[in-house]
Amino acid sequence: MALATRTPRPPSLIGSVWRSTVGKKTIMAVSGLIMLGYLVSHLIGNLKVFFGADDFNGYAHWLRTIGEPILHHGWFLWLVRPVLLAAVILHGITAYQLSRRDLAARPQKYAHQRKEQSYATRTMRWGGIILTLFIIWHILDLTTLTVNERAEEGHPYENLVASFSTWYGNTIYITAMLAVGLHVRHGLWSAAQTLGVASARRTRALKIASNGLALVLTCGFISIPVSVMLGLVD
Amino acid sequence: MRLTLRIWRQTGPDEPGAMTTYEVDGISEDMSFLEMLDHLNEELILGGDEPVAFDHDCREGICGACGMVINGQAHGPERTTTCQLHMRHFNDGDTIDIEPWRASAFPVVKDLVVDRSAFDRIIGSGGFISAPTGSAPDAHATPVPKAAADLAFENAECIGCGACVAACPNGSAMLFTSAKVVHLNVLPQGAPERESRVLDMVGTMDAEGFGGCTNTGECATACPKGIPLPTIAAMNREYLRATVKGGKRRTG
Amino acid sequence: MTDTTATTRTGTAPAADSPTADSADSSTSGERAPGGDYTAYGVGVPLVDTKAPKGPIEERWKTRRFEAKLVNPANRRKYTVIVVGTGLAGGAAGATLAEQGYHVVQFCYQDSPRRAHSIAAQGGINAAKNYRNDGDSVRRLFYDTVKGGDFRARESNVHRLAEVSVEIIDQCVAQGVPFAREYGGLLDTRSFGGVQVSRTFYARGQTGQQLLLGAYQALSKEIAAGHVEMHPRTEMLDLIVIDGRARGIVARDLITGKVSTYLADAVVLASGGYGNVFYLSTNAKNSNATAIWRAHRRGAYFANPCFTQIHPTCIPRSGDHQSKLTLMSESLRNDGRIWVPKAKGDTRPPAQIPEDERDYYLERIYPAFGNLVPRDIASRAAKNVCDEGRGVGPGGQGVYLDFADAIARMGRKAVEEKYGNLFEMYERITAENPYEVPMRIYPAIHYTMGGLWVDYDLQTTVPGLFAIGEANFSDHGANRLGASALMQGLADGYFVLPATINDYLARHPHDEVDRDHPAVHEAVTTVTDRLYALLSNNGDRTPDSFHRELGELLWDECGMARTETGLRKALERIPSLREEFWRRIKVPGSGEELNQSLEKANRIADYLELAELMCLDALHRKESCGGHFREESQTEGGEAKRLDESYAYAAAWEFTGPGNAPVLHREALEFEYVHPTQRSYA
Repeated sequence: MALATRTPRPPSLIGSVWRSTVGKKTIMAVSGLIMLGYLVSHLIGNLKVFFGADDFNGYAHWLRTIGEPILHHGWFLWLVRPVLLAAVILHGITAYQLSRRDLAARPQKYAHQRKEQSYATRTMRWGGIILTLFIIWHILDLTTLTVNERAEEGHPYENLVASFSTWYGNTIYITAMLAVGLHVRHGLWSAAQTLGVASARRTRALKIASNGLALVLTCGFISIPVSVMLGLVD
Repeated sequence: MRLTLRIWRQTGPDEPGAMTTYEVDGISEDMSFLEMLDHLNEELILGGDEPVAFDHDCREGICGACGMVINGQAHGPERTTTCQLHMRHFNDGDTIDIEPWRASAFPVVKDLVVDRSAFDRIIGSGGFISAPTGSAPDAHATPVPKAAADLAFENAECIGCGACVAACPNGSAMLFTSAKVVHLNVLPQGAPERESRVLDMVGTMDAEGFGGCTNTGECATACPKGIPLPTIAAMNREYLRATVKGGKRRTG
Repeated sequence: MTDTTATTRTGTAPAADSPTADSADSSTSGERAPGGDYTAYGVGVPLVDTKAPKGPIEERWKTRRFEAKLVNPANRRKYTVIVVGTGLAGGAAGATLAEQGYHVVQFCYQDSPRRAHSIAAQGGINAAKNYRNDGDSVRRLFYDTVKGGDFRARESNVHRLAEVSVEIIDQCVAQGVPFAREYGGLLDTRSFGGVQVSRTFYARGQTGQQLLLGAYQALSKEIAAGHVEMHPRTEMLDLIVIDGRARGIVARDLITGKVSTYLADAVVLASGGYGNVFYLSTNAKNSNATAIWRAHRRGAYFANPCFTQIHPTCIPRSGDHQSKLTLMSESLRNDGRIWVPKAKGDTRPPAQIPEDERDYYLERIYPAFGNLVPRDIASRAAKNVCDEGRGVGPGGQGVYLDFADAIARMGRKAVEEKYGNLFEMYERITAENPYEVPMRIYPAIHYTMGGLWVDYDLQTTVPGLFAIGEANFSDHGANRLGASALMQGLADGYFVLPATINDYLARHPHDEVDRDHPAVHEAVTTVTDRLYALLSNNGDRTPDSFHRELGELLWDECGMARTETGLRKALERIPSLREEFWRRIKVPGSGEELNQSLEKANRIADYLELAELMCLDALHRKESCGGHFREESQTEGGEAKRLDESYAYAAAWEFTGPGNAPVLHREALEFEYVHPTQRSYA
């Protein structure tokens, strides 16, 4: 029953950050924000689809010329990709580890379950899994063009229209974008908490920002397949 | 009032437990929830059964001893401690589910009694200001701005009941830990140990097997003392600050 | 030295080898010795406090500290000190002794040291800082406390308390206790019942909580550092006395039921008061008198047990189911006005009673102090108006505490700032909104000024056994002033005991106690036999039913007003109730598990003995003083009338066996600095 505890020598600072739940959450928050930033620029670029094939394809081409002449053609994207990849991997690993820890910390459920409880946590976990699968699909579909049957290298506009002309392409995409919305809605607010930006005064503003950004991202992304389906974009 | 109670009964830490149903009659709406359980226990004793074990002491909502999950909510439907919950918030004929705090860091001892000593170890690892008796300067030597004093007080109101952990889907102790970190770190007296305090307390919190925070806010909703969710953000800020400044843990 | 030993019940009665050691059968049966008359108490040699130095009162504490022998810092870790209780006194003492280098073994029955009942103190803590420049001083705090205690406290102790009060505030602020502050960043103070200066420091309505958490945090640091061996959920059930010195305790692990012995060089009891003997009180449900009562049975004299304090501002009881009473801080009397209708049996809602039909009786009878008269006076005045049939609320057992004027004067926001949490608590319990409807209050048992007799060093009559905080009798006389309990607990724990215990330890070099000493076995057997007797009785009454019955009896006969007839009636009833207890008690379950019924029953068994001593003390003290009001001794105006020629002493009772008449030892009280006068708050 004695309360005295003694813990061993301190580990290195990086080690203790990695081992601590707060440190891991920080990694999740930062990697999440990197991905969110990418998503926002991705959406802006995608919306060029409404200005026609030339604009959109021109934009896609421009992306490969950023940084010239210092950077070679396409290098910019290859600089961004490892950062994104690292963000995805760190986000995934920390999420996995924290989730396992969280489930272990609460092994027994209450006999009397309340519906609203753990809503955010559940949507984050399932949303994360859905999004991971979607990213793989999305890359195979529109980057490597592996699964896009009618795709042609160097014609992103046409490839996009082709993808959104299939029922499964649309279903997968729209489901994933709803998951993005829910994920960002809680994730952005959660990141603000984790990074210590939140305070009593800012709570309202942060919630509005999170909800707003989630709504803009979801609607923005979904507007494209919907437009393809309605024939506004073809 | 007549009520049906479904109560978690468990004879010991390593024994299996189960929800057991009891009928009670003659409950007055002026009774506190614990007085209702007293009433049940008197009947159980006279009927040759073992009474329901539950922690309680001051029955004024300040010692933090009592705590049970009532109909899935820590401390029940009102934002207060179980001892300050009154039966007027229930209706005749209700069925009430009563369970212990659930978290692997709070193992069940018996029935509704859990072991919350992990909280004491979190405090022991850094939740203090080192001021050995006799070493203090005059109380007015360091004025404390009222805003800082008020913020410290609001966080110091925590009674350590554990409702935050019980309500959290992850069994996280972030609200408890952050309340103490913020209480001591905003005061000038707490400044010398500011970095080591947050690093040590978070370290102990993790070592005790509490889950991480997913910012669901269930803890702050359940907290009978109204410790707000941004307190957790404030501790995260302290943690990052301590990390960036290269703060060292006191004990490790 | 303090490793635990598993013990088994031997079933054999131990030898009664000292006058204070009782035999196991008498302790478990609780029967009175045949033909013995409990009220025929003997009178023993007077007690003299030999430790308090003579000379000017301002110099005494300094002198004592200088004259006390010290223990070499390098030797301190060899000494083990047991501290029972983790409230303000115990928590502060444990932390401070550990800081000094002693090995501390500490106990509390709660699951955490942070839950001790000091946490429930609301109003504040007094200190003679004179930050207000309103004429306060150590001398004035000393004077107020002696006068407030109705001249039944020891001057030397009270002066020391006033001196130390100043250091307490410094200490607590350094620990991070978030006292209320003003916009300039300096500490705020308020005034409290019984005084005319503003010397009470506070942390909204949770001062006790904040002070206790300060002590708890200091203690937790020492626990984590390995200097304090903490045993939560462990209850002391007996004291081990070897060769006339306190050398350890017998304690039961409340989770496993294991009874173990812990041995030490000195034992400090900080287990609080005995107010729960009344069943309904503002004490925590599990606060109990077992530690001090067991120590009393082992030879520590019990002083002034009849000095119990009734707090005037509690929430009235709502029915028979009531399990405890809730206090509303006395600080409410700063801004609230107390009144009852002028007419008897006026059942109109308070808002419909016009101003001129209200009787603000405290302001009327005591114009100088008004609503801020000391607790005993406010309580008795409430009882009087209710006895006249002018009480309000269910059963007419209540008076109004009205904030309408304060809200009009200060604004609702300011009132909320000051008392918000109290108003909230009131509304939660009564379902009435005190911002709109006046609160209803009624007196309730709150604090016990009596306790183990201690000398200036806080040592009891058993060498090596110290008692601090509410567990001792020392500083409050017959009535405690508001915001002085926290002051005394912390003074004893942080400053007084850590200084005086050195002297004892230095004079008794460390030596190992033989674990097989007969006295150790005897103490363990006494405990286990008693637990066995409770568990195996299998009667037909619950522990609570006995507790309620005892409590009602005491409240009626030894409560706010006492008479010879009533006390004799109680003294007649208590032995038979005790006999019935041992015959009919039913304790379910076993002793090898968490068994809350067993804990209760074991404590009630002690209350049944303590209650008898309280009534005897009340009967023998034929004067009225402070919280002890004998109806036979009152002034024409109905105020308490002291009889200084006959009763200017502390009554310390020696135990002679259960149900046997105790022996009275008087400690004469001398008043060199504050001349006893009839207390007047008019």
